[in-house]
Amino acid sequence: MRNGLPADEVRGQLLEFVTSLVDAEPDPDEDYFERGLVNSLAALELVTFVEHRFGITVRAEDLDLDNFRTVNRLTGFVLVKTAG
Amino acid sequence: MENYAVLGGGTMGCGVAQCLAAAGHTVAVFEPSAAAREAGPRRVRDGVRLARMLRRTDADPDEVLGRIRWTDRWDLLGSPGFVVECVPERLPLKEQVLRAADERSAPGAVLASCTSAIPIDHLARWIRDPGRMIGTHFMNPAPLKDTVEVACGPRTLPDTLRRTTELLGRLGKQAIVVGDGPGFVSNRVLMLTINEAAAVLAQGTADAATVDAVFERCFGHRMGPLRTADLIGLDTIVDTLAVLLEFTGDPRFRPTPLLAELVSDGRLGEKTGHGFHVSTRGFGVGHGGRGPTAAMPAVGGASRA
Repeated sequence: MRNGLPADEVRGQLLEFVTSLVDAEPDPDEDYFERGLVNSLAALELVTFVEHRFGITVRAEDLDLDNFRTVNRLTGFVLVKTAG
Repeated sequence: MENYAVLGGGTMGCGVAQCLAAAGHTVAVFEPSAAAREAGPRRVRDGVRLARMLRRTDADPDEVLGRIRWTDRWDLLGSPGFVVECVPERLPLKEQVLRAADERSAPGAVLASCTSAIPIDHLARWIRDPGRMIGTHFMNPAPLKDTVEVACGPRTLPDTLRRTTELLGRLGKQAIVVGDGPGFVSNRVLMLTINEAAAVLAQGTADAATVDAVFERCFGHRMGPLRTADLIGLDTIVDTLAVLLEFTGDPRFRPTPLLAELVSDGRLGEKTGHGFHVSTRGFGVGHGGRGPTAAMPAVGGASRA
């Protein structure tokens, strides 16, 4: 059972950050890398952001673009990492 | 196993050290600035994380970092058999570090320079055996770029070239071997193109977006010359043009007034958010035609050609 953060709150914070990266609010399932809305450096900014904002550690094996390419995937990743 | 040394722990030095360490080599990075030595491990760690994310390496960030020593002492260089020089493009600085590293290297060591414009034979004057000097013009970010422009001077030995291309192979990189000369192939052509593109812009023939669109959409280039210049950094462009002007005496390499003006106004391109283009962090917004994650990031800020 998860006892971490509410999904909506996590999604909201991630959406806000991604919006600041791409200068437009993306659809939660929109792949901003594939759309070319952000360059690959932004992947690292996303990692740093979730580590600091949610107090999680992104381990070497978590460093997969698939965890970071949409707001919904990011949300799922943060929820798993913050689950008790 | 051979010891490796990287001279200079800036953007390029960190990138090259990362490449060497990710391939399993131990590396000493000589960097006189305490601030740069302190920032180095974080930059390398970020670099490995990014490379992993882009599926370019299986290396573990901590293991890679564990293979790199950072030092400001020449006596701790560890008698390297292969040295990669990555200090800023200033001749007195190049001379100082190449002479110092040459004295402390193992017999027969290769000295490779990451210069993007200084002729290799000019650098070779400063080491005991000029045949051991070679150019390894890595592109930025070094860990994500597959191909290196390797420049051989007239005195570079075949054995030096062989050891260099073998090393690059172990780093997962291919060499394109060219002869010597100011700017080699890459920057002799690119810098002139950028300078002319700036002149076209200044004369009002087209605005910046249009200049780039001609290259991107008509020629199919991934990035037009002005956007490329913004990514490299306009200060770096002006510095490289100065080296080319010095070594060729050709006035075509004198920075066009607009370029000089942008630099003196602090509009340096992507790293300041404003160059020929006003940058967006997404670096591609409202700019059609670029494929998925095509634009390579300027890791750590400064980029170079």
